[in-house]
Amino acid sequence: MINRRNFLGLGVGAGAAAALAACGSDGPSGGGSSTGGGSGGGAASYWSLSGPPGEPVRKAAIERFNKANPDSKITTNFFQNDAYKQKIKTSIGANQGPTMIWGWGGGGLKEYVDSGLVEDLTDWFGQNAAVKDKILPSSFGAATVNGKIYAMPIETVQPIVLFYNKKVFEKVGVQPPKSWGEIMALVPKFNAQKIAPFSLGGQSRWTNMMWLEFLLDRTAGSEVFDKVFAGEKNAWSDPAVLDMLTKIQDLVRANGFQKGFSSTTADSNADQALLYTGKAAMMLHGSWSYGIQQSQGGNFVKDGGLGWMNFPAVEGGKGDPSNTVGNPGQYLSISAKATTEAKDIAKKFFSTTLVDDEEKAGWVKSGGVPVLKGSENLFTGGDAQFLKDMAGIANGAKVFAQSWDQALSPTAAETLLDNIAKLFQLQVSPQQWVDSMNGVIGK
Amino acid sequence: MTAAAQRVKGGNVAWMALPAFLMFLAFGVIPLLGVLALSFTTWNGIGEIVPSGLTSWRATLNDPGLPHALWVTFLIMILSWAVQTPLSILIGVFLAASKRYRELLAVLYFIPLLLSSAAIAITYKSLLDPNFGLGTGLGVSWLNQDWLGNSTLAFATLIFIVSWQFIPFHSLIYQGAVRQIPTSMYEAAQIDGAGRWKQFWSITLPQLKYTIITSSTLMVVGSLTFFDLIYVLTAGGPGDATRALALAMYQQGFQANLMGPASAIAVILVLVGLGLSLLLRRLGGRADDSQLEGA
Repeated sequence: MINRRNFLGLGVGAGAAAALAACGSDGPSGGGSSTGGGSGGGAASYWSLSGPPGEPVRKAAIERFNKANPDSKITTNFFQNDAYKQKIKTSIGANQGPTMIWGWGGGGLKEYVDSGLVEDLTDWFGQNAAVKDKILPSSFGAATVNGKIYAMPIETVQPIVLFYNKKVFEKVGVQPPKSWGEIMALVPKFNAQKIAPFSLGGQSRWTNMMWLEFLLDRTAGSEVFDKVFAGEKNAWSDPAVLDMLTKIQDLVRANGFQKGFSSTTADSNADQALLYTGKAAMMLHGSWSYGIQQSQGGNFVKDGGLGWMNFPAVEGGKGDPSNTVGNPGQYLSISAKATTEAKDIAKKFFSTTLVDDEEKAGWVKSGGVPVLKGSENLFTGGDAQFLKDMAGIANGAKVFAQSWDQALSPTAAETLLDNIAKLFQLQVSPQQWVDSMNGVIGK
Repeated sequence: MTAAAQRVKGGNVAWMALPAFLMFLAFGVIPLLGVLALSFTTWNGIGEIVPSGLTSWRATLNDPGLPHALWVTFLIMILSWAVQTPLSILIGVFLAASKRYRELLAVLYFIPLLLSSAAIAITYKSLLDPNFGLGTGLGVSWLNQDWLGNSTLAFATLIFIVSWQFIPFHSLIYQGAVRQIPTSMYEAAQIDGAGRWKQFWSITLPQLKYTIITSSTLMVVGSLTFFDLIYVLTAGGPGDATRALALAMYQQGFQANLMGPASAIAVILVLVGLGLSLLLRRLGGRADDSQLEGA
């Protein structure tokens, strides 16, 4: 989810958008930022995202594998986030995709499954129970479509948490909120001191969505969205949804977010900057924010300025306050179109390198909680407390729901994000929101 | 050998247009036909392309987002034209006079032409940020408006940036056109006792008629394809306040994976563009009409 709506990759697409829509293909896809040379005959190929903190760990894993298996090498290609999303789609459509398809699972994966583009790994995991046992069970949900596993959970667990600036709380003389009521009570106190209660990168839209995810879960539990996900008719018409939407608009009306939140983007990390500069008191964001606060906020994290907690309960709500939302992992699928030889190399990569101790240590070092079990004893140094808390939230959650936009199909997700943006803009009423969302259920 | 002699010797030169024609066929006509074909199908971009008759067209034409996107597109077109044209003419006339300091100014005016839309959008986005932008940097509090987060302001800001970006280009066209006007006409007018104001209205402006049509065509048709600037600046927001047709097409196709409806929007975009440029040509009248009658 990090940086995934990076706009720079799109600047190029301007005039070519219409032409692209016509061709549906990027042409030969060997170019780009090839780092491992061209794809040799029989070798498996692996595409993923470039940039820290993930790219160095991914590269290290491939290098380890290639060193151990000189006869069956994996070639790599790394792309910027949005560039990757389009590249992978067009090249798979044109039968020029990689052996291993990196993704976020959920609705995007289902689209591949429906078109028969990815390999069913259920039997393979059955035969390789030792591999399956090394991975957190909660991360398999988003890899499963119609009861079958189509991807291997990899990399890190990323719950969304409520970050806060301890120094700002001290200055204003208030305590971190323990309930929705306390949140609403804090809003005027921060506003009186000319500090934005919450920082929000509203132009990115999925940032707004995190608020809906938590509020709906805390008021009604995870069942309401499960019904939407299952494609049940009028599933958004649950009264808890209206209640949740009204709460959000109340928060917007009370100036709960910084001035200009709807033009702030998460890609530029402007929302993160508001928190570490003390212009905003709190921010609901993915656990990867920790790394950003650390690298961009100067001594903010080192001096203990950053606080975090799971989203507080809503008074009278039915949801379990231990529940969380986010990315239960990242996912690697095997292309159904790949050669048998390439598929075997990929499976060997899955069962050896991706579950070894170096992989686990690499992701911990990058500031994340690995999807691999038993990483707790690796949590040392300055980040230990954060990593422990994130693992605690991820493992202690009764339900670890996948982010809505990743769980739903891209078509439904686009309508969702569009309507969420209008909701925060007070452009639609809660009832209008429910009506238009009911219209795309199951699409 | 003179140019005329060369032409005679070369014979028919129609084949020289062949490379251009082939390029146009490959990158203009064929993709257009492809889009037209795709608009009668259902396709998510990765799976199979399934012919589905008018399904995509029905979905597109029934979508309340379409009239809104059309309205936004027309508003951008008309407002940016209304802002750019008078300013471009004035600057063009001003720069046409051969004076040293004006030539220096001209160089400065043309700087925005050197920048790409994406770069311009990123720069303005940073400058206009209400929390970290120009207002905070300079300590001028009235600059801390919610420039891109308020629907009306965001629209006005967009028009301003578009004008800032393209006025230099159109000024350049007008500058050239003004320099083409025979000085004899002004001399005659002076003898007849016409003042500067009168000269501008009665000579300069009528003489610029075809230039105005050319520049307007470029503005109007160009504004249909604004994508990069809006995408980076507001991504169509806040809400859908700045979601023009080109952006709606992109979002349908590449974010919602609905290639059918996206192609339908693309076809609409092409038709609107063709219609507008035809209309503007009609307004221009016959190109061989003399502009110098009575001169």
